[in-house]
Amino acid sequence: MTTTDQELAIAATGLRKSYGDKTVLDGIDIHVPAGTVFSLLGPNGAGKTTAVNILSTLISADGGQARIAGHDLVAEAQAVRAAIGVTGQFSAVDGLITGEENMLLMADLHHLPRAEGRRVIAELLERFDLAEVAKKPASTYSGGMKRRLDIAMTLVGSPRIIFLDEPTTGLDPRSRHTMWQIIRELVSGGTTVFLTTQYLEEADQLADRIAVLNGGRLVAQGSAEELKRLVPGGHVRLRFSDPAAYERAATALRETTRDDEALTLQIPSDGSQRELRAILDWLDSAGVEADELSVHTPDLDDVFFALTGSSVPDRSTAPARPTGSAGSTGSTGPTGPIKSAQSAQSAQSTESAQSAGKETVR
Amino acid sequence: MSAATHAFRDNLTMLRRNLLHARRYPSLTLNLLLTPVILLLLFVYVFGDVMSAGINGGHADRSDYVAYLVPGILLLTVAMTSLGTAVSVATDLTEGIMNRFRTMAISRASVLIGHVIGSVIQTLTALVLVLAIGVAVGFRPDATPVEWIAAAGLMALVSLALTWIAVGIGLVSPNPEGASNIGTPLVMLPFLSSAFVPVDAMPGWFRWFAEYQPFSPAIETLRGLLLGSGIGTRNAALAVAWCLGLTLLGHLWSKARFNREPRR
Repeated sequence: MTTTDQELAIAATGLRKSYGDKTVLDGIDIHVPAGTVFSLLGPNGAGKTTAVNILSTLISADGGQARIAGHDLVAEAQAVRAAIGVTGQFSAVDGLITGEENMLLMADLHHLPRAEGRRVIAELLERFDLAEVAKKPASTYSGGMKRRLDIAMTLVGSPRIIFLDEPTTGLDPRSRHTMWQIIRELVSGGTTVFLTTQYLEEADQLADRIAVLNGGRLVAQGSAEELKRLVPGGHVRLRFSDPAAYERAATALRETTRDDEALTLQIPSDGSQRELRAILDWLDSAGVEADELSVHTPDLDDVFFALTGSSVPDRSTAPARPTGSAGSTGSTGPTGPIKSAQSAQSAQSTESAQSAGKETVR
Repeated sequence: MSAATHAFRDNLTMLRRNLLHARRYPSLTLNLLLTPVILLLLFVYVFGDVMSAGINGGHADRSDYVAYLVPGILLLTVAMTSLGTAVSVATDLTEGIMNRFRTMAISRASVLIGHVIGSVIQTLTALVLVLAIGVAVGFRPDATPVEWIAAAGLMALVSLALTWIAVGIGLVSPNPEGASNIGTPLVMLPFLSSAFVPVDAMPGWFRWFAEYQPFSPAIETLRGLLLGSGIGTRNAALAVAWCLGLTLLGHLWSKARFNREPRR
């Protein structure tokens, strides 16, 4: 074993899984250095949960190998389990008993001495803002409280590696920010976090490295900055109902992308006040009025269209590869690890732009 | 600590969890007791005269029928409470807590063993309740202390066997409602046994099944023990063989199902 392998909290190569003839994971490689946050980003059905389930010993892979905390996933499953904590997408709390009893259950299953268990539990309940409701049945908790209890239960055994499967899906914004704070604290304490999410923003906020999973394949890996560079810039969209006005605007404005059927124009823009004013001035001077003006910023949809469009040149010639190679500990190294995307970007920019975000300006 | 002590502690922890459920939600168990108790009252106070005339050759004496009926009702109670286990195992599976247990470095068997032992303890408690009601309606057992111990042991053994089967049912059920449905045949079996009427009174083509299915030998043995009428070695041996067989079968089945990959 090389020294690099030992520094990796998670080292997986060629993971495959299919259910019947449906391939869920089509050979993915994941390398997560200890003490970092790794985010697996992807839409519903991309295979994120399957990846977590495999890496957390819940299900077995059809192919590939993985070492978690230095232990082989299959041969040393129990040692892997002792090193990890898992908070799945669906709350894994016992609703029939109280929050505190749930925590005690975990302490007992981790064989903590009575006094130490009590201390750890009191501390965690306090930290996760659950002390007040600790004596109430967990089934009466709100979604955010359940999720916090879920994570608190995971932490009772002080796992070195934590898997969080969509920890903020379904949470309100306040709970989401609380969850982010919790994750940041975990990492500052040296824990390795493997996080799945559908939200680019979440990965952006938390992750050192992000891998984009689509259709069972990793289509890109890199830091948030590197991924964003793949995405065509934001734009302003103008929608018309009057074809004549649409034509006038199309001739008056330069650099637009036309959609004659929908009568919409797209103008590349960063959405800044200055650019918006310029566009409005152009429209005024041309004497046309758009029915709707909306500002679109790049979002996950754009990343996906950029990375997974059908006109991507032969994928096999530019496969996404793990980049956590020896020596490169920094996640924002100058060697952009992103494969396959640049060529796709230009070909797909129109399409991706059309699918962009939804911040409508009134 | 050795692996064995770890496993033992995990078993205790899981047992505590299941007993906590039972203590926190006694209504779940009490609901299951409703059927046996209602049937007991119905057959004693409503059908009692007809039934006793049936087993007594025309002479109606309700207290005779109470004596005949109560052992059957006790084993029906065992069947009903085991159905509760199937439902609670299925509930665990839908709650996501089972997946948490699977990703922890604990003794996997403890998850099931906790359910089984917890359920047997619950069943024995329930039996004390039903027996008390039986006594209240006129059941007068005349068992010796040894016979009482043997009777308790028999009921615990039946409970163990049915609970392991119930755990398997819970594990294959898509949801708690499903567990309740799939478990129904288990609860129906006592009705097709000698619990309510003697096997001799049944039509010939059915008698063979009624006589040898698991409940009849157990019921006959329990009757013998509680009423001091002798147990007959054949019934006792058959009952114990059924229990051990079903325990082994249920245990292997549950273990295999539990070690399978979870449903998605």
